[in-house]
This record gives sequence, structure tokens and C-alpha cells, in this order.
Amino acid sequence: MTLRARIVVERPAFRLDLDLTVGRGEVVTLLGPNGAGKTTALRALAGLTPLTEGSIELDGVRIDREPAERRPVGVVFQDYLLFPHLSALDNVAFGPRCRGRSKAEARLLARELLDRMGLAEFASVRPRRLSGGQAQRVALARALAVEPRLLLLDEPLAALDAHTRLEIRSELRRRLSGFDGATVLVTHDPLDAMVLADRLVVIENGAVVQEGTPTEIARRPRTDYVARLVGLNLYRGEGDGDRVRVGDLAFAAEEHVTGPAFVAFAPRAVALYRARPDGSPRNLWEGRIDGVERHGDNVRVHVEGPVPVAADVTPAAVAELDLTPGRPIWVSVKAAETHAYPA
Amino acid sequence: MLKRLSLIAAVASMFAVAACGSSSTESGLTVFAAASLTETFTELGKRFEAAHPGTKVTFNFGSSSTLAQQIVQGAPAGVFAAASPATMKTVADAGLAGTPTVFVQNKLEIAVPPDNPAEVENLKDLTDPRVKVALCAEQVPCGAAAAKALGAAGLTVTPVTLEQDVKATLTKVELGEVDAALVYKTDVIASGGKVTGIPFPEADQAVNDYPIATLKDAPDLARRFVELVLSQQGRDVLTKAGFEAP
Amino acid sequence: MPWLLVVPAVLGMAFLVLPLAGLLVRAPWSTLPWRLSEPQVLEALRLSLVTASMATAVCLVLGVPLAWLLARTDFPGRRLLRALVTVPLVLPPVVGGVALLLVLGRRGLIGQWLESAFGFSLPFTTAGVVVAEAFVAMPFLVIAVEGALRAADVRYEEAAATLGASRFTVFRRVTLPLVAPGVLAGAVLCWARALGEFGATITFAGNFPGRTQTMPLAVYLALETEPEAAIVLSLVLLAVSVVILVALRDRWVGAAA
Repeated sequence: MTLRARIVVERPAFRLDLDLTVGRGEVVTLLGPNGAGKTTALRALAGLTPLTEGSIELDGVRIDREPAERRPVGVVFQDYLLFPHLSALDNVAFGPRCRGRSKAEARLLARELLDRMGLAEFASVRPRRLSGGQAQRVALARALAVEPRLLLLDEPLAALDAHTRLEIRSELRRRLSGFDGATVLVTHDPLDAMVLADRLVVIENGAVVQEGTPTEIARRPRTDYVARLVGLNLYRGEGDGDRVRVGDLAFAAEEHVTGPAFVAFAPRAVALYRARPDGSPRNLWEGRIDGVERHGDNVRVHVEGPVPVAADVTPAAVAELDLTPGRPIWVSVKAAETHAYPA
Repeated sequence: MLKRLSLIAAVASMFAVAACGSSSTESGLTVFAAASLTETFTELGKRFEAAHPGTKVTFNFGSSSTLAQQIVQGAPAGVFAAASPATMKTVADAGLAGTPTVFVQNKLEIAVPPDNPAEVENLKDLTDPRVKVALCAEQVPCGAAAAKALGAAGLTVTPVTLEQDVKATLTKVELGEVDAALVYKTDVIASGGKVTGIPFPEADQAVNDYPIATLKDAPDLARRFVELVLSQQGRDVLTKAGFEAP
Repeated sequence: MPWLLVVPAVLGMAFLVLPLAGLLVRAPWSTLPWRLSEPQVLEALRLSLVTASMATAVCLVLGVPLAWLLARTDFPGRRLLRALVTVPLVLPPVVGGVALLLVLGRRGLIGQWLESAFGFSLPFTTAGVVVAEAFVAMPFLVIAVEGALRAADVRYEEAAATLGASRFTVFRRVTLPLVAPGVLAGAVLCWARALGEFGATITFAGNFPGRTQTMPLAVYLALETEPEAAIVLSLVLLAVSVVILVALRDRWVGAAA
């Protein structure tokens, strides 16, 4: 393990308490809603916000008492914060200069890094003349130029428009995989998190609510926030070995769980009917239309009832169903697409 | 629209009030007097008001040349008392003053700090380069008088500073920044012991005459004020402050 | 046209420009060349430019760090200190000059010691003029720079810290370049104020041609006897400062664009 940290930061009406371990070459993403404490955690790691309690150990050495300028940490800030009065090259050379390299050495190193980022011809350009993607690469080069053991990235894609974001995201993933230290990345965008992270740490209200690989988390969310992020319906109930009871409903699922359990299924696993369907499908209940919105090629229908549920239906089905808010509707979920797991 | 008009009227009337605020009316009198007359004329003003119930004397004390400029530019004054005939001449030449009368004279003295660190005893001591001396600038009356006195004595003094008025010169002595200065005897007395005055014979060669005159279109009160200044009572107040009878 | 804005704006402009026009109208143009060639005039002008520039340099060296302290640190009494810094703005300059004499004069708190230890006395020297001008002009610089520092994005400074820059390096290589326009604006105000300084200068440094007689002092004394000469001197001071300020402004605007 290269990074082992317990980060506690207390503020009026807010407490961040977070255990974090990141291995060599591993990219851990802190994911959470705005105000969850992700950026605070990153600032604490960088030494920009003091810890109230806890410790930060990097390669077995405690660094939490060191000031920011003496930590072997590189940071890519949100908006990148490239120094506007310095050229791209001097931005990258800034760190090595401050850490004792001669001017010539620092510039040589900066030039190499810019080359590697494919920015050789932009060396003498001022930051405001760089595109978002270029600026991000300069910021990454600048952070890497100090040869950090820990690389921190705060919303590295937030400043980009949707169009370039896709391309830059995969490029960033490639560059991060080439870094052999520990990487901690903060984002509120689930897609960025899924693509960039080896492991996700989900934070809500200053505490970790779930941790795991992107696949695990996407399949088995443990909070409403995560479920919404990954686009699943999620309920908490009590398993009896056969079904999971959620309030008055009893869900039949693929898995059999006993004790506290989560039930999760995708909106596309939900079917809607104007009248009670024939036969007796399991996982059936009656609700009321709450709202309708476009969702990709489909239409997402929110239904109130014993439990709130989101269902995806095709535009063709919309006409047939008469989705007026307030109208009663029957909901059923295929047991084969319903997952249950211990809470 | 009405509101706007009334606003304009209000602003206009403000200017009007400001314009007539300082003019002398029958029950009021404005006296322009040299700064060195501040204490004595304030005293005489009180006596004048006591003798003429219901009248109000307003003073404008300042550098004589500045006052002369203000009068020439139309400042409303009833009496002008200057520290030099030259400044009075500026006003007289503009046809604004009646016949001036010299009412007092002022003589220079050497002012030194009470402990007299440079051990100055006479005018010649001021020529010693180790003695820091402040003089008034030649453009102002006390400076002109100092130059005249030094010239009469045949002495050349290199001052460290040429001050803009006699009070500033005196301040430099009071604070001990200079070892000696040439100021008026009245200023030495007015300092109340903060400086010591040393009379010197050459001062007689550079006596400063103070002329006083009523100004054009002045009320009768102006003439009566000048009479008070020239009376025995006025002379007593002025000589007590160090002025000498002409 | 929003005449509620335009009318006061035009009045304001007239208020500032008319006195200037008055000077121009009353200037004795025929004797101008002769008056300008007088060595005393050139001497006073030279002294004014030199002392105002030196005072600005002093203000930059002391005032920029002071502004940084006020903007970037928190310590007990910071608000009080901030209020005290602006004292020279409200203090009548003559009183400022007397205050300087009480501290740095021959018998002043510090001046006494300077005199006995080094045989050196500030009043009546050119250095004294610089001190008086710096005292009066420094608040203009400090306030401008402090404002610029408060408006600047501190996150750049944090970014520099994570790159290994010490606080001083951050200040020198990041903060200062970022607030450079504010520093320059402050320096210009400071220089202009120092150039026109009269009260504190004549009180603290006295008036002696070639040593402490700056243009404003020369103007004041000329006014006593020769108002025309005073107008000429004022015009010279005005022309020189306008030329310098416009020239500098063009350079900065050019550099910033």
C-alpha cells in the first residue's frame, strides 16, 4: 500500500471522517454529491486543509504534519489553475524549480513532459490560448513534474464541454494507468468515475457509504444516491430466504437472502399495465403515475405507490398507456432481473 | 416634473445662500487681517462687539498676500490690516482701499529654543555653519525683513530652510529642529515661553509697518473698527502683544 | 440618453476641468519661455520628479508587503492596523509633517537617536522630502494593492504551494505577477500624490532651493509675490505629470492586451 490515510476534518455543521487506502498504481475515485466532502478530503491530502484528527501515511512515512510544499503530492485542480502569466513550459517547470532543480534542468524536464503529452508545439503558449483538453494535459504534466508519489485530481473533466469530454476521458485513463504512484480522483460524475477508477469510494455527508470496483457498485448499490447514479431502483427490506419484504410488498429475486437485504432492478426491467395483467406475474402492485421524462431513446416513468419506482418504456408504449400524472397504473418486475443482496 | 423643478429650485437656493453668506451687512463686519494679528484682533473684536451691541465681527486671518489676492478677486471685506505696505498697495492699486494708516510696527528677534543649544547670542552667530537656522522665505514679509536686517549688518546666513510663513518658522524652533530663527517679537511673546527671544540692534533697519484701511463700499462699522484699533485702548492691546507704536 | 446620469457627469467633468482651463487662460504665454528657462524652475522640477519616484519606490518596498499582510493573514488587531494605515489620508498633511518631526526630527523619538548615533538628521534634507512624500502617499498604494490581493484567486497560490513553492516564492512568482496591474495602479496614484505633496513636505523637510524645494513649494511661494509665476510652475507640473501618466498607461494597456 502506498497511501494509508484517516482523514477527519471538522467544521461547523460538517464532519468528514474517511478511511482511505490506495495501492501502487491504483486509481481510486471519490464519488459523491456536491457538499459530500470529496474536495475537502483531497485538500487534506494535499496539505491545503489541516486535519482535525487522523493521519496520512505515504510509503510508510507520515506526511500529515508536513506543509503542502513539502509533501510528495501532485495536484490537478478543478479549472486547472495554470498560472496565467507563465507559458505552458514555465507552468510545468515551476514545480521542479521550486523543488531545487536548476532553471535549465527544470525546463528540460518540462519539455520532455510536454512532449509526452503531445504538447511540444504549445510550450511557449500562455494558458488562456490553450483549449480545455490541452490545458488539462498541461495541468497533469505540471503535477507530474514534481515526481509525486500521490497524484490528486479534482474534477479533472468538469471544465470540458460534453463533446471533447468523451475523448479526453479515455486519454486521461491511459495516462493515469502509466503513473506508478497512488492516484486519488474526485468527481461527481458517475460516468467519469466508472471509466477512470480502479476502485470507487462513495462519500455522502462526509462518510464512506460504499466502496468497491465500478462493476460491483453498479450492480449492487447500497444507497439511493448510488442507485440513482447507476440508474437502478433500490429498496431495503428483510429477506426470509425466499423473498425480500419491503413494506407491504414481497420481492421475488434471482438470489435468496436471509436477514436485512437490498433489492435492486433496472428501470427497463419494469413493465407497466393499464389494467391488472392476466395470469399472476410475481412482483406486481398498483401505483399512480407521478411524472414522465425523456431518457435516451426511451421514456422514463416515475410511479408512486407502496414504493416509488422508475420504469423505462418505449415511445410506442407511451401512447398506448395514457401516462397522465395521477392516473392509476399496474407495475410488475421480472423476478429474473431482480437482484437481492445482504444489506 | 414638478418634483424635479422643486429640486432644481432647492439646489439653486442653496447656491444663493452660499453666495450671500459672507457679505457684511449693517450689523456685521468682516475684517481681513494678517495672521500675526490673530490674537490681538480677536481680542479687539470682542471689545468692539461689546461696545456695539448687536454687531458681529468676523475675521479672516491669513498670509497678507493671500488676503490681498482674495480682496482683489472680490472677497467681501470691510477692513484690511496687512503685515506689509506692499500687500496693502496691491489692494489700493486696484482702487479697493481707502487711505491706509500704519498702526503698528513689528521688529525681528532671534528666536532660540529655551536651552539655546547652539549658544546663539547675536546676529553674527547665525553665520556659523554649525548653527542650523530657519528663515522665512523672501516672498513673505518676515523673510523680506530678515534679508533686509542681514543685509544691513553685512552678514550672509545660509539657512537650512526658507519657511512659508512666520508661524512655520517658529514651529521649527519650538520643536528644536533648528537652533535659531529670525521671527517677529510678537511671535516670540505669543509662543508663551516655548522659545526665547534675543533682540538685536540691526532689527531697527528692518522694521515692518502694518497698515490698516477701510475697503470700498464698507459699512460705517468698518471706520469705527479702524478707530478702535488706532485708539489708546487698541494700542494697549497691541503693545502688550509685542508690537511697537509707529 | 439617461440624462439623470449624463447631466451630473457633465457637471462633474466641468467641475474638474474648468479650474484647469482657468490656469490655461490666465497663463502668461508671452513670458513662458523665459520663465521656464529659469534654473530654479528646472531645479524644483527635477527635485520633484526624483523625490516622487524615490518615495514611490519606498512605498512599493514597504507598502506591498504591508498590503499582503493585511489581505492574506489574520492576526489580532488587523482591523485596527488597517484603519491606522489610512490615517495619512485623513490627517491634514501639515499635521502629518509635524507628527514626522516629533518622531524623526532632531529631538524626535527616533530622530534623537539617529542624530546621536550617526550624526544624521532627516529634516531639511532631500531624504526628508522622500520620507514626507512616502508617508502621505503610501496609503494610496497599500489600499490599491490590498484590494487587488483580495480580488485575486488564492487558489493559484495553493496550486503553487502544492508544487513545492515556499510562501515567499509563492508571493514573488505567483501572487505578485497576478496582482501586477493593481500594484501598478497603486504606484501611479502614489507617485501622483507624492508629486503634488506640499504640507507634510514643507513642514518636515522645510524649503530650500535645490535640496528640499519641490514644485508645489515653489508654486506656493511664488503665489505670495508673483501669481503669474505660480501659474507657470503649476502648468509645468501638470504637463509633466500628464505626459508621464499617459505614457505609462499606454505601455501597460499595450502590455496587457
